[in-house]
Amino acid sequence: MWITISYLAWAISAVLAVWMAYDWFKTDTTFTEDQLTSSREGEIEAVSEKHKV
Amino acid sequence: MAEAAQATAQVTTANGQRISLLRVLGPAHIWALGVGIVLVGEFTGWNFSADKGGTLAALMTCWFVGLLYTSVAMIDSEVTSTVAAAGGQYAQAKHIVGPLMAFNVALFLVFAYTMLEVSDAILAGDTIVARAGAEGLTHDSFIALVIVVLAWLNYRGVLMTLNVNFIITALAYISIVILFFAVQPWSQGTVLKLNELVTPQNALPYGWIGVIAAFQFAIWYYLGIEGTTQAAEEVRSPARALPYGTMAGIITLLIAAALTWYVCASLLPWEYLGVTYYPLWDAAKMTGSPVLEFLLFWGTILSAVASANGCINDAARAWFSLGRDRYLPTWFSAVHPKYRTPYRSILFLLPIALAFAFIADLNQAITFSILSGVLHYTFMSINIIMFRNKWPLGSTRRGYTHPFHPIPAICLFVLCAITFFAIFLGFGSQLIAMVVFYIIVSVWFHFYRYRYVRRGDQFTMPWPKPKGY
Repeated sequence: MWITISYLAWAISAVLAVWMAYDWFKTDTTFTEDQLTSSREGEIEAVSEKHKV
Repeated sequence: MAEAAQATAQVTTANGQRISLLRVLGPAHIWALGVGIVLVGEFTGWNFSADKGGTLAALMTCWFVGLLYTSVAMIDSEVTSTVAAAGGQYAQAKHIVGPLMAFNVALFLVFAYTMLEVSDAILAGDTIVARAGAEGLTHDSFIALVIVVLAWLNYRGVLMTLNVNFIITALAYISIVILFFAVQPWSQGTVLKLNELVTPQNALPYGWIGVIAAFQFAIWYYLGIEGTTQAAEEVRSPARALPYGTMAGIITLLIAAALTWYVCASLLPWEYLGVTYYPLWDAAKMTGSPVLEFLLFWGTILSAVASANGCINDAARAWFSLGRDRYLPTWFSAVHPKYRTPYRSILFLLPIALAFAFIADLNQAITFSILSGVLHYTFMSINIIMFRNKWPLGSTRRGYTHPFHPIPAICLFVLCAITFFAIFLGFGSQLIAMVVFYIIVSVWFHFYRYRYVRRGDQFTMPWPKPKGY
C-alpha cells in the first residue's frame, strides 16, 4: 500500500508542477512585461503618511 | 525620500493599472505565518541541544534564546510597523543601513527560509517512512509532494495559503497541549519521571561549555518568528497586524517551548533525547497511549508542512523584493495578475528547494539555515540602534514602540555572539565557508550589479531626512 501511495505522491507532484508551468506560460504570453512587473514598494505609505520635514 | 515615493506612486502602466500584492491579511494570518514556520522546532531540532550539554542545558538555553527572540520580536515589530514592505528586514536594511546591507540581508532571508523548507520536507518524508516501516519505501516522493503542493498553494494566493497555515499550525499546537495535560503534569511520578531522569550527576554532563554549545540548537525553539514581516505588504493594517501577530506568536512559542521541554525531559533520558529526530512523538510513545502516539505523529507532520509553507511564502517575497529594486533582474518582480502572488519567484525557488532536499542531508540544511538566521539577527541589533538614532521617537509614525531601548538590542547582540561561538565549536568550517560566500557576493553586488539599480527609486518610505543628514 505504501509503495502505491508513494507513486500517487509522484503523480500529484507532477500534475501540479505541469499545471504551474502551463499557467506561467499562459500568464507571460497574455500580459505585457510592464504590466506584470508594475508593482512598486511603498505606494500605500506614500499616500497615507505625510511628514513635514 | 518622500519625493521619490510620491513620484513612484504617480507612475502608471500602459493601461493605468498596477498589479500589486493583495492586501487581505489580518493579525491571525501573521500569527499563523510566524508560529507556523517555527513550531516544527519543538517537534525536532531543539532536542539536539541536550546532546551538546544535557537536559538542563536545553532548559537554560531555552530561556536565554527565548530572551534573544523576544528581543527580535520587539525590535521587528517596531521597525516593520514603520517600514511595511514585502521583503521585511530587507526593506528595513535598505532604508536604514544601505543597499549593500540590504542585499546581504535578503540573501540571509532566502537562504534561511529555503534551507528550513528543505529541512521541513526531509523531516516530513522521514517521519512518514518511519511510521510506514515498509521495505523499499524512500522519502523522495513525500519530499516532492510537500514542496510541490505547497508551492502550488503559494502560487494560487496568499489568503488561502495562510488560512491553511493557521489551521494546521493550531492543530499541531493543540497536539502538544493535549500531550502535556495527558501526562498529568501536576503529579510528578505518575507518568513523568523528571526526578529520576535529571539528576545532579547528569544535568550538565559537559559543564558550562556544554551550555554554550547548546545555544546552536536551542535556536530551533524559535527560529523563524521574524518571518512575520515578509507579509507586511499584504496585511490590511500593517501598523496593527504586524506587532499583534508577532508578539502573540512569540508568547505562543515561549509557552510551547516550556511545555515541550518539561514533557520530553520527564519521559526521555538525555542520551536519547539528544539524538532522536522525534522528541515529542517519542515522548508520546513512552506514555503507551496509541491515541497520543497518533496525535503527535500528525503533529510532527503538520508542523513540518506548516513550516515549509511559511518558508516558501517568505523566501519568495524576499527574492521578489530584490527583483523589484533591480538588485536582481526585474523579471523576478512579476506579480500574477489573477492570484496576485510573486509567482516567478515562487517557481524559481521551487527546483532549488527540490534539488537541495534530494542531495543534502538534514544536518547540513539545518546548519545553513541557522547560520543565515543568526547573521540576520546580528544585523537586527545594529539596525534598531541606527533606526532610533536617525529617526528618533516622534519623527516618524510607529505602529509599535518597543520598551527599554537599547537593552533588547544589546541582549540580542550579546546572545548572537554567544551563538556564533557555539556554531563555531560544532560547525566552524561551514561558518567560515558561509561568511566567505557572503563576502564574495557582496563584492559582486558592489562592483557589478549595483550599476543597474535606479538609486532614487529604491527609497520609498515618506520619511523626513534622518537626523544629522
